[in-house]
Amino acid sequence: MNLVTIAWKSIRQRALASFLTALSVALGVTLMVSVLVVHGIVDRIFSQNASGYHLVVGAKGSPLQLVLNTIYHLSSPVENIPYVYYKELKANPRVLNAIPICMGDVTMEGNFRIIGTSPEFFEVDYHPDKKFRVRGHFLEDDFDAVIGAQVARTNGWNIGSTFKPAHGVADDDHVHDEVFTVVGVLAATGTPNDNGVYIHIDGFYQIAGHAKPIDEAVAKALAFEAVDTQKKKGEAPDKPAPAPAPPKEKHDDHAGHDHHGHHHHELPDEQKEVTAVLINAKHDTAAILLRANINEGPYAQAAIPFQEINWILNNVVGNVRTLLVIMTALILVVSGVGIFVSIYNSMADRRREIAVMRALGAQRGTVFAIIFLESILLCVGGGLFGVLLGHGMVVIAAPILEARSGLLIDPWAFETLELILLPALIAMASLVGIVPGMTAYRTDVAKALHA
Amino acid sequence: MSLRLKDVRKSYVEQDGTRLPILGIPEFTLQTGEQVALVGESGGGKTTLLNVISGITTPDAGQVVIGNTDLTRLSEPARDRFRALKIGFIFQTFNLLPAFTALENVLLGMSFSGQKSDSKRAKDLLARVGLSHRLNHRPATLSVGEQQRVAVARSLVNRPALLLADEPTASIDAQHQATVLELIREACSEHNCALLLVTHSAEVAGQFQRVERLKDFNHPQ
Repeated sequence: MNLVTIAWKSIRQRALASFLTALSVALGVTLMVSVLVVHGIVDRIFSQNASGYHLVVGAKGSPLQLVLNTIYHLSSPVENIPYVYYKELKANPRVLNAIPICMGDVTMEGNFRIIGTSPEFFEVDYHPDKKFRVRGHFLEDDFDAVIGAQVARTNGWNIGSTFKPAHGVADDDHVHDEVFTVVGVLAATGTPNDNGVYIHIDGFYQIAGHAKPIDEAVAKALAFEAVDTQKKKGEAPDKPAPAPAPPKEKHDDHAGHDHHGHHHHELPDEQKEVTAVLINAKHDTAAILLRANINEGPYAQAAIPFQEINWILNNVVGNVRTLLVIMTALILVVSGVGIFVSIYNSMADRRREIAVMRALGAQRGTVFAIIFLESILLCVGGGLFGVLLGHGMVVIAAPILEARSGLLIDPWAFETLELILLPALIAMASLVGIVPGMTAYRTDVAKALHA
Repeated sequence: MSLRLKDVRKSYVEQDGTRLPILGIPEFTLQTGEQVALVGESGGGKTTLLNVISGITTPDAGQVVIGNTDLTRLSEPARDRFRALKIGFIFQTFNLLPAFTALENVLLGMSFSGQKSDSKRAKDLLARVGLSHRLNHRPATLSVGEQQRVAVARSLVNRPALLLADEPTASIDAQHQATVLELIREACSEHNCALLLVTHSAEVAGQFQRVERLKDFNHPQ
């Protein structure tokens, strides 16, 4: 019989106390694993998506909010920018791809964000060397829709499914009359794209109320043109100029129209807006110059997704994780103290047992090793159970987290930091086992045998 | 393998600092395979004597020679190893380990001696003491007599040269006393193992050819 077996038998002899002690370690490890796994997932998802585009261009304001809203479908929607601005960006010689993003509606089922975009959105890799794959086809007609894998799964939608957009990201009773038909289902990407409902931008503008009121549109367009002219002349841009008389109105209200027939409503560019533009520049330097130019202007800002996400990962998520890891580490330390107390208290009852072992020929080092191994077995056993429990908890929590955050979570994603847990637990068990082990080591055999 | 004590002295220091002499043995011998009953009054030093012989306690002076080995000259680890290999111990209260089955209790003796566990020998010994049907029972589920028989099997598992028994029949009823005593003596005879059995019982002592009274050869000063 080896020492591990002897230690294990002793643990089993005190089954309840041993179980509770190991459980306390398991719960500590469970918390730590959950924190690490969830953080790792969030980190990967943000990092993965952040590298897809050079720039996100949108209305001036918080660049972080712009990135979160446009790429991650998180945060509240930002202000819009004129469509003509998007067209100008698209025509910029430094730009390789300029993809318009229009937001503001959600699906009634599942509250998934509806994103109006151009078919080019699906031609650009969503991550370096990762192309969108679709069952069916991408956007072709105005009232086509392509849905993410999670949307298809949650809503049970498939090719041919139809839906009406509901207005607003927040809960809103207003449901548009326009009907969109699913023509493609994206293969899962593991990104927030899986939670998106993509409709053709031309269809988006035909939804009632999506046209900007003509007065406001013209004022904004003229102001934009004025700034543009100043820029071309080399003057510093002023505040937008007051609005002149509106041009002849082509179309301003879709209410009550039947869009099942999908007749086309041409909207003047002045009445169109985009929430953001995703930009891929022709090269990195072009992206830097473009960003500087955009940010100098009065209308828009260009945010670098990678930079914004790094900021949030380092300053918010990272700090939260550090705090949580410290807290869970403290819980583990408390569990370690629990193991110490459990083993140390049992030593008083086991002095005779240890003395018998010594009388049978066990050396001091042998009885020390037995007690020490008990501590290791309790810590490591509890720890391994905690790892399983931690991932199990993430499995249970994954659908809830996905629904709430829009992030796709792989509960079995293994964090490299988890590899440190085992040696850390062994180190803790070693510390915890030393004092009871020394008590066993120092046992006075003659006294204990006849006590 | 014989036992020889020469000028062994042992005393304890009490809490008030006074020295309490327990053992003072000029000479005591036990021949190979010899069986001796040791009788004496409570507190007379019998248990201390067994502890000194087994190397659990070191004497203040003198020699404890088993075969050709003087235990007093060995380091503690060497004494432990010697005890594991050469000395069997039977306690009055059996001292079986509650977490282990009867078979495992017997195997433990082998584990601590550094030998490979010989399950067959352990089972044979338990069969010899009539417990082949109780191999996987824990001490708590064994009767007192059965527990003592497991203790006997455990003491013999390493084929000891010397068996020390500290009132092995004191905790069991009269009916089982004779059986256990017979078992110990037969086992020692079979293995040519010297036996030093401490007892209070005149009836038990009466069964031995050689009976030693501690006070006759122990003169603590």
